[in-house]
Amino acid sequence: MKLPVSAKYIPLLATALVLLALYTLGCVSFDNFNSLRVLVNLVGDNAFLGVAAIGATFVILSGGIDLSVGSVVAFTSIFIASLVGHGVNPLAAIALALLAGALFGTAMGSLIRAFQLPPFLVTLAGMFLVRGLGFIVHPQSLGITHAFFLQRVTEGWAIPLNERVSVPFTATCYAAFFLVALFVAHYTRFGRFIYALGGDEQSATLMGLPVGPTKILIYTVSGFCSALAGVVYTFYTQSGDPASCVGLELDAIASVVIGGTLLSGGVGFMAGTMMGVLILGLIQTLITFKGDLNTWWTKIVVGMLVLAFILLQNLISALSHRIKTRIPASG
Amino acid sequence: MKVAPATVATTSRPDRFEKRQTRWWSSLVWPVAGLALLLLFNLIFTQGFFHVEVREGRLYGVLIDVLNHGSKVMLLALGMALVIATGGVDLSVGAVMAIAGAVAAQLINKAGVPFPAVVAASLAVAIAAGGWNGLLVGGFKVQPIVATLILMVAGRGIAQLITDGQIITFTDARLTYIGNGSLLGLPFPVLLSLAMLALAGVFTRRTAVGLFIESVGDNQTASTYSGVHAGAVKFLVYVFSGLCAGLAGLVAASNIKCADSNHAGLFLELDAILAVVVGGTSLTGGRFYLAGAMVGALFIQTLTTTMYMRNVSADVAPVPKALAILAVCLLQSPLLRAKLAAQFRRRTA
Repeated sequence: MKLPVSAKYIPLLATALVLLALYTLGCVSFDNFNSLRVLVNLVGDNAFLGVAAIGATFVILSGGIDLSVGSVVAFTSIFIASLVGHGVNPLAAIALALLAGALFGTAMGSLIRAFQLPPFLVTLAGMFLVRGLGFIVHPQSLGITHAFFLQRVTEGWAIPLNERVSVPFTATCYAAFFLVALFVAHYTRFGRFIYALGGDEQSATLMGLPVGPTKILIYTVSGFCSALAGVVYTFYTQSGDPASCVGLELDAIASVVIGGTLLSGGVGFMAGTMMGVLILGLIQTLITFKGDLNTWWTKIVVGMLVLAFILLQNLISALSHRIKTRIPASG
Repeated sequence: MKVAPATVATTSRPDRFEKRQTRWWSSLVWPVAGLALLLLFNLIFTQGFFHVEVREGRLYGVLIDVLNHGSKVMLLALGMALVIATGGVDLSVGAVMAIAGAVAAQLINKAGVPFPAVVAASLAVAIAAGGWNGLLVGGFKVQPIVATLILMVAGRGIAQLITDGQIITFTDARLTYIGNGSLLGLPFPVLLSLAMLALAGVFTRRTAVGLFIESVGDNQTASTYSGVHAGAVKFLVYVFSGLCAGLAGLVAASNIKCADSNHAGLFLELDAILAVVVGGTSLTGGRFYLAGAMVGALFIQTLTTTMYMRNVSADVAPVPKALAILAVCLLQSPLLRAKLAAQFRRRTA
């Protein structure tokens, strides 16, 4: 038996099919669903989740996990809002926030690497720490009144498509960063290291790959992505809130899994994660269109999708294993 | 994810019983020392922390509060310790708590449902949830983090589905007793968790089950070849974790006399994991210390209560908790221990 497509692309295809099916369902069920505005909003509203999920993809591909995502996003938003409130130049505030996120990631990665601690616990500690730090920066949500956020980002940097619809800057940010991430994951040495590390750390070490620096860099990238997601979130909400984005890391992990990436590491695609994020967003949009606000169905459907993809992965690995073991027997 | 523990039991055990006798309390030294340190701090700096009095036949005081509020995490930590011992983790316990509370609140408000049936039904649902996790991990060999992530995400949705998105309140005296009643002067939840500790202790240490659990966590291949059904052992620990989560869910709902699907048990899975780790059980599996996990749960609760009593804002409270996690992680790191030991030996030599 031969699979028609290379086994590693099957989950990606399945994700694309689910995305297409959900979109078709929306178009069939609701009159105004098939519009440019819905599509643009889908990307714009989920841009911060998308950026966060890119970081999560890097970490998960390497076989690790990062639970601090939601906290870092919330911290970044309140950090920027607070700095801008104190009269700091918005661009400088954003740069500082990104630097803080990256440094925080480096710190976690170094702990994980230097003392061989489980990433789950270290990033759990990071999650608590940064959540608390956000409240120390400013205990309540804080609106931003600076013209940079109110006018330049929302109006000046939006790309008009026609008279009524324009692409928000958050969507542009996500699309641009996605291309960068795609390049890093699939066309750079660092990207190959990540896959090698996630596939088998011991083999990667024996091959002479710089496992230690790569690991630390992965968590640095993840911290940077979370901070960037926080910047996008600040653009999106035009405010900072230390209590926001609780559990965002779970949404990010769920979109990575729905995107066909194995949580044990080594297998998966950046593009899959993007489709996973869009699937999560589409479910949300469908429920908004339906209008009865039974948000719990979001959770249940997402859970079922995660289950379906895990079982699909199991099936594929079982099948490909059978094929692999059959070849030497027949030839 | 799977890393060989530093202390793989390769040595033969001529007298296992004797070895375990020395082991069970020596494993408690670190967690108890941590707890004692925290209590000592409060003895000196926090006024009224140790004040306990008898009012209307039951004990009152901060220490009793710590026991009372810590009992939910104590219950969860029991199940979690066994799950972690098999090399797994159960992220769904918080959501299962919400489901159990939702079922109990819905049924108690229906006329004609006897009270034992209410408790039995909500525990049965929790056990079924645990069984679902166990089936995925033990049967389909899904990675524990992912397998339990499904119920963690979907579980809260299911609980909201049961309560139709509402917060269901109840006034039934028997159901509120579970979380607020007292027996022999002690709050009922404390006795409940102690009873579960005794049950779990007897079940794992007086039968072979404990050995099976540790062997599966230590080396699954080897234990499979020795005739231990790894899948069945894993199924069992997730079922037990579900039961513990169900009990904790009943306590949580009973505490506030309502089922709040959004917030019941939120992030308690993280506290439970933390309690288990503080108690000396390594996340890599292969060993578990039930009493240690209980002490770990009390440690976390004491830390939280200390901060409340010292007027630390509840929002900032995660910071000291994070530092505690890091300290425990570092103390348990085999690498750091080896380095420190080498340093110590060089000094004394």
